Amino acid sequence: MIRTIFVVAAISLGVCTAIAQQDTIAARKALMKANGDQANIGVAMMKGEAPFDIDKVHKIFAAWQDAAAKMPSLFPDNSKEGGETAADPKIWANLDDVKARFAKLGADAKDADAKVTDLNSFKAAFGNIGKNDCGGCHQQYRIKKS
Amino acid sequence: MIRRAALAASAAAVIALVLLWVLTIPEVVPASVLPPHTPDLDNGKVMFAIGGCASCHATPNADSAKIVRTELGGGLALPSPFGTFYVPNISPDLVDGIGAWSEADFVTALWKGTSPRGRHLFPAFPYPSFQHMELADVRDLFAYLKTLPPVPGRVRRHDLAFPFSIRRLVGLWKLLFLHGGPYTPDPGQSAQLNRGAYLVNGPGHCAECHSPRNLLGAIIDSERFAGGPAADGKSWVPNITPAGLRRSADDHMAWSQKDVASYLADGFDPSGDYAGGAMVEVIRNTSLLPAADLAAIGAYVASLPPRQGPKPPGKK
Repeated sequence: MIRTIFVVAAISLGVCTAIAQQDTIAARKALMKANGDQANIGVAMMKGEAPFDIDKVHKIFAAWQDAAAKMPSLFPDNSKEGGETAADPKIWANLDDVKARFAKLGADAKDADAKVTDLNSFKAAFGNIGKNDCGGCHQQYRIKKS
Repeated sequence: MIRRAALAASAAAVIALVLLWVLTIPEVVPASVLPPHTPDLDNGKVMFAIGGCASCHATPNADSAKIVRTELGGGLALPSPFGTFYVPNISPDLVDGIGAWSEADFVTALWKGTSPRGRHLFPAFPYPSFQHMELADVRDLFAYLKTLPPVPGRVRRHDLAFPFSIRRLVGLWKLLFLHGGPYTPDPGQSAQLNRGAYLVNGPGHCAECHSPRNLLGAIIDSERFAGGPAADGKSWVPNITPAGLRRSADDHMAWSQKDVASYLADGFDPSGDYAGGAMVEVIRNTSLLPAADLAAIGAYVASLPPRQGPKPPGKK
């Protein structure tokens, strides 16, 4: 009886851990996907394929600030594996740098939100965040495995 | 009996070595074959962007934002299945860089993969692609490089496993795998498609990352552009034929030529995702190209025949 309880407990713990790992990875991917969906709206405006819309601009920068605030806590040690993830193991060796980059993304998005008034100011702010914040982090810490 | 056999064997060995020596004589482009040419520095700057020279040759920095594209002091380590290559200094420094090189030396390096001292260069330097560059473009690039600041400091030698460390053997590799020469335009294709084909296969050297390689490190021609493992073995470089570039995971539509051009201009893919890994560095260069050249590259990449490449590990 006791043995059965132990076995069931051990299996449950394993399953819970696996689910927790997958949940964290899924949460990260969902936030990043949301960033990309918002970015896509911005790109259309930048290229002149959609009209400039200040409400949509605010939504983009709000979404990016939201992600920047939530992401830093989504890199616990046990989430390096356990799901399909493009998070480079280097992240866990450089967690301070990674967190600083999210802080910068949040700050830049907040700054842009206050300053953007028209298409030209939007292009400058959006392009800067894309290249330096998105790109800078992706270059070091995103690894394509397939 | 044995002495005669031993003599015959030694003679055969000597003949084989002499034959090997002759077959692997490094090819050179002599200055006498270069017609008069006035360098076009603007074109040289475009070649510098599409060639992506800075991505390998700029002095490295752990903080990628601090790398100065025009300071080509070299030193970047490139791990590979054959050992680690250390990218040389190609700044115009007279002692540690290429400041003392002649124009013919530079053309010889890019077209023939031979150094000014007449030794084979390892094809980690992608001269199998650069050999397709037009002479004028190579010369303009050289002129542009000479305008950049000299950076002192000689880079250490490569750290390669035996026998890959024997430079002379690269001569055999070249016999097997280095074919072609400057790109010849296809009269049946538009000027734009020809320009795109030239930029991608020549200075752009895209296939060098985006193709699988055989055991000797040469690109598998039938799977060119179909993706493969990165040289350091740590990540996967995607298939950029229409079989690989899908607009989203559940989309059957391949990237359009506008999608490709746009991605190379600003880093955003058709789903709003920003590029990652080594491609960020590529886009830092391609974003500097004229819109017409980006459009040409987009047209050519979107027109590639769809090809299946190797499957990444773990993918079904």
